[in-house]
Amino acid sequence: MVEADESVRRGTVLVARRPSDHVWLILIWLALLTIPFIAPNAYVVSLANMALINLILIASLNLLMGFGGQISLGHAGFFGLGAYASGILNVKLGLSAWLGLPAAALIAGAAALVIGLPALRLRGHYLSMATLGWNAILVVLFNQLVDLTGGPNGLLGVQPFSLFGIRLDTEPRTFPLVWLASLLIMLAILNLLRSRLGRALRAVATNELGADAIGVDSFCTKLLFFVLSAGMAGIAGSLYVHVNQYASPETFGISGSILLIVMVALGGSGTYWGPLLGALIYTAVPQLLLDYEDAELMLFGLGMLVVLIVFPGGLANVPGAFMRRFGLKGRS
Amino acid sequence: MTAKLLQVDNLFCHFDGVIAVADLSFSVRAGEIKAVIGPNGAGKSTLFNMIAGVTRPSAGQIRFDDERIDHLPTFRRARRGIARTFQNLQIFRDMSVLENVMVGRHMRSAAGMTQAILHSSALRAEERAIAAAAMDLLDRFGLASKAQTQAGTLSFGQLKVLELARSLACEPRLLLLDEPAAGLPHAEADRMGEIISSLNRDGMTVLLVEHNMRMVMSLSHDILVLNNGRRIAEGTADEVRRHPEVLAAYLGEAEDA
Amino acid sequence: MQTSSAFLQLLVAGISTGSIYALIALGFNVVFKSTGAMNFAQGEWVVMGGMISALLLGTFSSVGVACLLAVLLVAIFGLLSERLVIRPLRHPTALLITLVSIGLSICTRSFVMLTLGKKPVGYPGFSGATTISLGGVTFQAQTLWIVGLTLAFLVIMHFFFERSMLGKALRAAAADREAAAIVGVRVETTILISFGIAAFAGALAGAIITPLTLASYDQGAMFGFKGFSAAMLGGVGSLPGAVVGGLALGLLEAFGSFYISSDFKDAIAFAVLLLILFVRPSGLLGRADVVKV
Repeated sequence: MVEADESVRRGTVLVARRPSDHVWLILIWLALLTIPFIAPNAYVVSLANMALINLILIASLNLLMGFGGQISLGHAGFFGLGAYASGILNVKLGLSAWLGLPAAALIAGAAALVIGLPALRLRGHYLSMATLGWNAILVVLFNQLVDLTGGPNGLLGVQPFSLFGIRLDTEPRTFPLVWLASLLIMLAILNLLRSRLGRALRAVATNELGADAIGVDSFCTKLLFFVLSAGMAGIAGSLYVHVNQYASPETFGISGSILLIVMVALGGSGTYWGPLLGALIYTAVPQLLLDYEDAELMLFGLGMLVVLIVFPGGLANVPGAFMRRFGLKGRS
Repeated sequence: MTAKLLQVDNLFCHFDGVIAVADLSFSVRAGEIKAVIGPNGAGKSTLFNMIAGVTRPSAGQIRFDDERIDHLPTFRRARRGIARTFQNLQIFRDMSVLENVMVGRHMRSAAGMTQAILHSSALRAEERAIAAAAMDLLDRFGLASKAQTQAGTLSFGQLKVLELARSLACEPRLLLLDEPAAGLPHAEADRMGEIISSLNRDGMTVLLVEHNMRMVMSLSHDILVLNNGRRIAEGTADEVRRHPEVLAAYLGEAEDA
Repeated sequence: MQTSSAFLQLLVAGISTGSIYALIALGFNVVFKSTGAMNFAQGEWVVMGGMISALLLGTFSSVGVACLLAVLLVAIFGLLSERLVIRPLRHPTALLITLVSIGLSICTRSFVMLTLGKKPVGYPGFSGATTISLGGVTFQAQTLWIVGLTLAFLVIMHFFFERSMLGKALRAAAADREAAAIVGVRVETTILISFGIAAFAGALAGAIITPLTLASYDQGAMFGFKGFSAAMLGGVGSLPGAVVGGLALGLLEAFGSFYISSDFKDAIAFAVLLLILFVRPSGLLGRADVVKV
């Protein structure tokens, strides 16, 4: 009985300890809020903006891939669809960016629904293939539908967000918006993971037979998170296009999708905080390697191989691995 | 006369011309423990998988609570009230022991996507209820001290119990147990038998496939014996034990072995 | 008459590109069979095959010799790559190998760029710039070389997998790792050899297509995706599937770009590919996964 009581106490501690990720999230985002004040120049703030948009992309892909076990090779495509949808609605129809944002989420989500309905019924590499084909088709459309997208020259003349008549068209002005959007997305993901839906998703990812046997609809669960993940990428796209006031096809290619997968893995696939590291790497490393010109690609590739071989669980798992090595109880 | 909870009529199953189950009819009454036994290759697993919804019957009907379920996918049968365990365990190894059982509450909870994203108070209340119910189950089966442990690190015997706890979290009306004692040492197998009979005393209907004859004979109210996909006997432990065809089937197997 | 000769012309073009895709898909499938991973480095080996052939042509005056040596060098490079980045993995899951192959592809591309330069290179075909006219269709002699060499390689591969001990061991390991290990097939060795074969097939594709298209360090990703799509179309892991998928994709592109629009060539090919997969999920020749309970 003593043992049972002890365990109940520990169980309650776990449930009670859960808000701590929420607390960390708020603390980290409060710290991020200082960036515009301590950044030496606007360029650094623009990098921070980009990092937070990348974070939305990587965290939403991690939700699908890391927690759901579904590999999408078309995440950059959904990003692009959101960007072009919001941008074109703005340029051609004069729709406000504030309406473009939800429209981008809905359009990207609806596209995911259309792809997911047939693709997710089957297991294996099927979703990878379908999303790869989808992304390839999108890139062709972005390039060739010149009247709509501006073609290879890109979509020009996208209006920024504006608030009470103030155009959010400088880095320090866009930062709060991107900051808030990334916070809300990270919060949404955390809440989802802490709910019955998130548990069902992880269950389906680890053992579909087991999940079926206890009444979890594997197909609908995967579809829901695929659509959610694509919708979040659409939001990132809308933010991107209105912050940069521009979009061009090469940003949204298959290599972009592959790099996003790599960033999920480097950060720590299936860990909540991993995407934060992934977004940091995605944004900062190309800047750091800029001086090495031709060797940049080689250094990036080698670095990636070293991380994958030495820390296959991703960088977010490194502290836990160290603590376990020294006999301390680690937490992933 | 107790109601028939599960009824199987003229069930057939063949793979590529090989007949696994042929013209099988039987029923499970509410509140009983029914065992399906038979030599290896008798069609027990196929039968089990057809009832659970993993394998499609080639012909015949399966009724649960007087409604046909043979066209339903597994998860829908689970939602009707049929929960199962697996012979080779299908555990969510990367999740904690507590979370494994909490997933079992999935179909008994309702919070939707919006509530989940907003972390509404209704959702938080439901989550607390799910955790409490799961913890109660772990307590009952002596796994409470392992609640936070990653499920994959448990021993085989503990995993068997965990899988049972997970299926009970669904609050099923019919429990399908696929070789609950297989691979367990003597003492643990006995304990599993005790758990099953205590569940039954609380009113649970159980259909089990098992090789451990001691367990089958002591637990079951009714035993169905299969050989080559057909029923060769059905009745109480004593009736089955004395049945000439059963003796022949098992002795035949013993001679082969 | 006009339309029928155009049709034949497209048929020839489609079969020639399709042969290249089939070779790449075959390499992709061999690695998939042995590891379960998607090998993103496959396309880089195609580029290497073409670029090293061009380099060696400076030393050896014969195109054939240069290409043969180049293909062998790339195969060795493939073996080395496996030893350097796949073998050190402690838990080589399919996903991890896939990710590592992305890193490998980045490094390989960069290596090619740094050592062989950024300029596109080319060389004459195996029969020079000879063109052949047949039944109103004109095509380069190299097209025949492409189809012939691809066919020869496929036949050799067929006999390798069906007849030789090593080929049988590879197939056994792909079918059931543990069982193969019990009868003494080393899984590490089969993965190593699969990388060698895949690199060889990719480099061969590169060496024979370069006279028609030129080779440049940045084409690897494109070749990789085409091979990946062809493999999916035919059925992942199936060797005849690679051939059927490659030819189907090549023909789709050729006819799609002529009859509909060359700007939308890739989109058409992929759209048809997705439609086929929706109807036949396991590919044209693949078998569906069976899960055992």
